[in-house]
Amino acid sequence: MLSHFLQKLGHRSLSIFARLGRASQFLWATLLAMPSVLLRPNLLIKQMYSTGVQTLVIILVAGVFVGMVLALQAYIVLVDFGAEESISLMVSLSILRELGPVFTGLLFAGRAGSALTAEIGLMKSTEQLSGMEMMAVDPMKYIIAPRFLAGIISVPMLAMIFMAVAVLGGFFVATDMLGQYEGVFWSQLHVKVDFYNDVVNGIIKSAVFGFVVVWIAVFEGYDCVPTSEGLGQATTRSVVYGSLAVLGLDFVLTAVMYAV
Amino acid sequence: MDDLITYSQQQPDVLVEIRDMYFSRGGRPIFDGINMDISRGQVTAIMGPSGTGKTTLLKLIGGQLKPDAGTIKVDGEDVHKLSHKALYELRQRMMGMLFQSGALLTDLNVYDNVAFPLREHTPLSESMVHHLVLLKLQAVGLRGARDLMPAELSGGMARRVALARAIALDPQMIMYDEPFTGQDPISMGVLVSLIRNLNTALGLSSIVVSHDVPETCSISDYVYSAGKVVEHGTPTQLSASESPWVKQFMGGLADGPVPFHFKGAAIMDDLLQGGVK
Repeated sequence: MLSHFLQKLGHRSLSIFARLGRASQFLWATLLAMPSVLLRPNLLIKQMYSTGVQTLVIILVAGVFVGMVLALQAYIVLVDFGAEESISLMVSLSILRELGPVFTGLLFAGRAGSALTAEIGLMKSTEQLSGMEMMAVDPMKYIIAPRFLAGIISVPMLAMIFMAVAVLGGFFVATDMLGQYEGVFWSQLHVKVDFYNDVVNGIIKSAVFGFVVVWIAVFEGYDCVPTSEGLGQATTRSVVYGSLAVLGLDFVLTAVMYAV
Repeated sequence: MDDLITYSQQQPDVLVEIRDMYFSRGGRPIFDGINMDISRGQVTAIMGPSGTGKTTLLKLIGGQLKPDAGTIKVDGEDVHKLSHKALYELRQRMMGMLFQSGALLTDLNVYDNVAFPLREHTPLSESMVHHLVLLKLQAVGLRGARDLMPAELSGGMARRVALARAIALDPQMIMYDEPFTGQDPISMGVLVSLIRNLNTALGLSSIVVSHDVPETCSISDYVYSAGKVVEHGTPTQLSASESPWVKQFMGGLADGPVPFHFKGAAIMDDLLQGGVK
């Protein structure tokens, strides 16, 4: 019984390490294939449209509502202390430092990451990737690298848009709904929010999240078992691992950026 | 083994040469030291029941899989000793492959699929590409279908488009993976004559992997049978073979050396267990 358990444990750990190894090799091969993307900018533009632009709607809607809810909650808490003029500070700092990058990462994993995994996995199971190899076209260069690069470029841009829209959402709630003066909102924000410490750090976070989410999504597709069941599992894993990675890394990055 | 060597001496123009090749997958040996010579200019068929590794053999020749031991030479070059770049050059120069599913790129229409290798590998102008694509599509009879998307094609049409794409760069050799599987009689007839005619007209060498005995025999010059190369010869020689394996396969007999029953316990023991584990 115990030996059976140990055997299973060992087998499982080995397969996890083998997967990690494959994922690293895959990342290396993708990075090597990156320069060739510059020779085919039209592929990159097409991918930026399908990963970036098509994620825009969900980012905009989520951003507005997150900003509005935050402003409301901030008001409810702060008004007891007579500190309701700090709404803009609370909204903008939570958005810029945490919620902007994290929400963007999560939404990107759900909307674009899953689509990337499914697309590449289906290409694998319909032999399109093998077919390309036999036509002497490297799928790493033609399929993987453009998608990877498009994701890495798109996510920080999406995060910036999310942040801007969320702060605006908070602004409308604070001024139009709660009757705060516009000047109070903006001046608090202007004085207390630091460009490098808050805005740039948030964008750096989103860039890291983007890299990891796209890596996971593309690898899961490329490594999937080419059956309908395997493809479904790969898509699920892509979203689950991508989201967990975003949340876990967010803690690490916050610790490094603000606490140490 | 001996007769294989004499055979390759009689036919000096060997395009693909497989020597003592071992390959196993998941601990199960698929190829156990096989030898094979595929001649230039001929249609060579590799026939055998499902699961004997015929598709695997094509992937080994194409360099997508690596054998555990032994060598595979294509046009004198050891496929698995080449660098990544040299392998891609060899594929571009020598090989076309027709996948069972066609493997057309689903986001491109028929025209762009056939143009894809030309645009990737040649500096030809768009008007030149246009001419070549239409000629290749004309050869497979689908010039009129150039604006359709792969999802709008029937299985047989998809394979013909894939064939046009495979010959786009004028390779010296085309590998067909189960070209007849799941085709209605008309598409099957079209594919049979296309494979034979293209081979003659373009001076190709073809490797056809299939388990459709009559169709494959009707177009091939030379036939290898089953996973471990049980027997080889011209279609007539093979049909006259005394080997029970070959007899069962060529005749489509339900029972024989390949048993009808999958390996398991004796039926009496199985039934007496009464579902209790």
